[in-house]
Amino acid sequence: MIVNQFLVLAALLFSIGIYGVLARRNAVLVLLSIELMLAAVNINLVAFGSYIGDVFASGQVFALFVITVAAAEVGIGLGIIVLIFRNRSSANVDELDLMKW
Amino acid sequence: MGFSDWISKAGNIVFLVISVLMVGAAVLVVTVRNLVHAALMLVAALAGSAALFIMLGAEFVAWTVVLIYIGAVIVLFLFGIMITRAPTGNDPVRLDHKRRWPAVLVAAATFGTIVTATTLAFGAKEIPEGVVRTDVLGDSLFGRYVIPFEVVSFVLLAALIGGIVLARKDPE
Amino acid sequence: MVSLATLAAAIEVGVGVETDPRGFVGVLVHGAWLIPVLPLVAMVLIIAVGKRLPARGWELAEAAMAFVAVYSVALLVANWIDPIAYEQHVELSQIGSVGGAGLVVEWGWVVDGLSILMFTVVGIVGFFVFTYAKGYMEGDERFTFFFSAFCLFAGGMLVLVAAPNLVQFIVGWEMVGVASYLLIGHWWEDHANNAAAIKAFITNKIADIGLIVGVIIAGATVGSFRITNVLDAVEGADSALADVAFWVGLALFIGAMGKSAQMPFHVWLPDAMAGPTPVSSLMHAATMVTAGVYLLGRMMPLYNTAGFADDVKLIIVLVGGFTLFFAGLLALVQDDIKKVLAYSTVSQLGYMTAAMGAGAYTAGLFHLFTHAFFKGLLFLAAGSMIHAVRSNNMSDMGGLRRQMPYTFWTFLIGSLALAGIVPLAGFWSKDEILASLSEDAFGLGAAADLVLVLAIAGAFVTAFYMARAVYLSFFGSYKGKAEPHESPAVMTYPLVGLAAFSVIAGWVNVPGAFTAFTDWLGARAHAALDHHAATLDLGVAAAGTLAALIGIGAGTALFRRDAATQAQRDRLRVPLLYPVLRRKYYFDDLYMHGLVNPIKGPVARAVNWTNDVIIDGVVNGAGALARQLSRLVYAGLDQLGIDRIFNAAAAATGEAGSALRRVQTGKVQQYAGALFAGAVLLVVGFLIFS
Repeated sequence: MIVNQFLVLAALLFSIGIYGVLARRNAVLVLLSIELMLAAVNINLVAFGSYIGDVFASGQVFALFVITVAAAEVGIGLGIIVLIFRNRSSANVDELDLMKW
Repeated sequence: MGFSDWISKAGNIVFLVISVLMVGAAVLVVTVRNLVHAALMLVAALAGSAALFIMLGAEFVAWTVVLIYIGAVIVLFLFGIMITRAPTGNDPVRLDHKRRWPAVLVAAATFGTIVTATTLAFGAKEIPEGVVRTDVLGDSLFGRYVIPFEVVSFVLLAALIGGIVLARKDPE
Repeated sequence: MVSLATLAAAIEVGVGVETDPRGFVGVLVHGAWLIPVLPLVAMVLIIAVGKRLPARGWELAEAAMAFVAVYSVALLVANWIDPIAYEQHVELSQIGSVGGAGLVVEWGWVVDGLSILMFTVVGIVGFFVFTYAKGYMEGDERFTFFFSAFCLFAGGMLVLVAAPNLVQFIVGWEMVGVASYLLIGHWWEDHANNAAAIKAFITNKIADIGLIVGVIIAGATVGSFRITNVLDAVEGADSALADVAFWVGLALFIGAMGKSAQMPFHVWLPDAMAGPTPVSSLMHAATMVTAGVYLLGRMMPLYNTAGFADDVKLIIVLVGGFTLFFAGLLALVQDDIKKVLAYSTVSQLGYMTAAMGAGAYTAGLFHLFTHAFFKGLLFLAAGSMIHAVRSNNMSDMGGLRRQMPYTFWTFLIGSLALAGIVPLAGFWSKDEILASLSEDAFGLGAAADLVLVLAIAGAFVTAFYMARAVYLSFFGSYKGKAEPHESPAVMTYPLVGLAAFSVIAGWVNVPGAFTAFTDWLGARAHAALDHHAATLDLGVAAAGTLAALIGIGAGTALFRRDAATQAQRDRLRVPLLYPVLRRKYYFDDLYMHGLVNPIKGPVARAVNWTNDVIIDGVVNGAGALARQLSRLVYAGLDQLGIDRIFNAAAAATGEAGSALRRVQTGKVQQYAGALFAGAVLLVVGFLIFS
């Protein structure tokens, strides 16, 4: 297995995730797309870790960290979306433009 | 190494199959109109990534993905979806923006850039075979990387507390 | 810088004269610097604490004058026993350095017959006048200041007479000038008094040009300001000094004319009567005005040595002669009693000057000595009368001898002394002058004869106007409105004291019998080539006495009888002559229209115009130019140029901001899109350029 195959795959998943982040209107779907991006990152990390093959398995350790942080982030993110939904009874990100000029 | 050489290895065929499935699931995540379907497609993508991890010899990470990601995070997403709309099923409101071409453009540009970079950098370098044993990983995690580990624990704690704070009702 | 190095090195050797006394006299002489210093110390103390003392400063002044009087009498006695000619100098600084040593500025004191004489006069008359002044100035609002100024005067006069060098002499001269100004203008609320003080000061100042020029020439020629060095040069027949001596002598005499009120510089003295009477008595009769005569006396060797300034004596004697006669005439037509005495003083100063002109310096100084007593007395008595009737004018007096006996008798004694009636003081001194003029030891010829005639006629005039004054004031009926009464004891005792001196002062120099005065003045470091009569010259004595008696008789005849109004009593209105005399020979008019008004008018206006138009114009023009320039810079450069730049920059920033803020749509996805796009671009950039 060449390392590039994993990297290309990860790049593909990442790009699809970007599309999802930019194109979806529902806040939950945006969050979902972010999770997709983070998964792609994980693949990247582990591939590099295996490629280097160091004794500390650094790639995998970092992948674990990413997973942890992603989990925490999803928790908070959903909490915020729930609050917004309570206030506006809509999860539409287009309407969240109070920081407009 | 040419494509025919690469495809002749059994592992690579498996890889190809899994990756096609993953990409298909990912595309569906960002295009289906049903929220729940999108979440479930993500499950498929994540499952595929777990398989790839096993192929790369990262057993523990693979099981962690399954347990945490698929098991907890997606469930969390489903809860969130449930809370943020009364009926499940197709959402009458449009889920995508009207003008999607900037997103496509950016995504495509990103993909192109990354692939170019990695191809130029790594070319046809091979990954050495090898499985990382969990105890080795454990030693590394609690040995060299113990401080980042603890910090991440704090992050989790903060998220936990934050979640509780966010979710409770205002004391009137 | 004071370098207390030199001690008694500048003493000349005179014949039989003690130059550096020992013992008790030595102590007196070495301590003689206290005499000028103590009144000045008193002045400072009066200014500092005078107001708080029980007698408001008078006791300090009186103590100082008493000290001076006692000390000078002690020196007098010492000098009589053994003539002294002592000098002490302390170097203060040097001016320039021509040929190694520059002109030295010193301070010092000289103790010889002449200075002791002056100390005594100032001390005794001053002591009486200060006592009198306590009563006279009682209740005055500036009582303390008066005595501090009086002490300044006393100190200045003593500095002047103790001065062994000409610079210190000038310092003392100016000090008495300042004191005179302050005291004449003591009641400055009345503008006329102010004007009189200024007139005195300026007239003196104009004459002082002569004094300063003379001192500078003498000092520069001889190379030293010390009087002994100058007189040494005369004695040693220094040709450099001889060349300039005439001008030096003339210049010094001009200075003396100013202070001693000789014509044409006499105009200030009658006006100076605006000051309080003690001032008139001490300063303008006894001491300050005699400073000029003193100067001539001190510098007498210069005037008496052939080939030096002896030609100036002709001028001196003529000026003295004219002054004594014509000023005396002016005294005849005055209503104000102080003015009578003022013109009388001018006239008597003329006598002294004429004596100096004849080279008889002893006679002149003797007259100075006696005149100080009886003229001082006359002024104090006049002050007593003025105090009683509250008016200066004799037209407000009359018959005062009944209410004011002390004043009357002392005034009478003073008048007789002034008229020169034997055996009172004035007779002896006036007689000496007449004798000197008659003898004409220095060969002035016709001038001396003329002045002799004028002097004898002057004796007539003197007796005449004094008789007039006595009769108009003390006889007849009282013409005024106040209630006259005798003055308090503090004022009458000095009158009595001075009257006593007026009687006995003349007896120190009876020619042929007792000539202590002459001997004692004659014993000096530089012999003055004096001449004095060995025996009493009966001819001139008789002529003088006769003239005086005729004067008294004329006065009695004209003024003894009483009349209803004062105008009728004053039977002296000779047409043609009277108006001229009333106008004081038009001197004041001449000075006013010829000198003062042109300066006040066109000259002052021209100077003012120059200042306003030219000088102010330049300054204002510079200011206006600066203003215009600044306006230009502001409007043109700042407003149009620089401000525009800044305003444009600000506007541009604002416009850019307005344009750029549209990026903030508030939509997170757009931000995210921008973020990713930017990241991609960056990476592409790195890829391409590295």
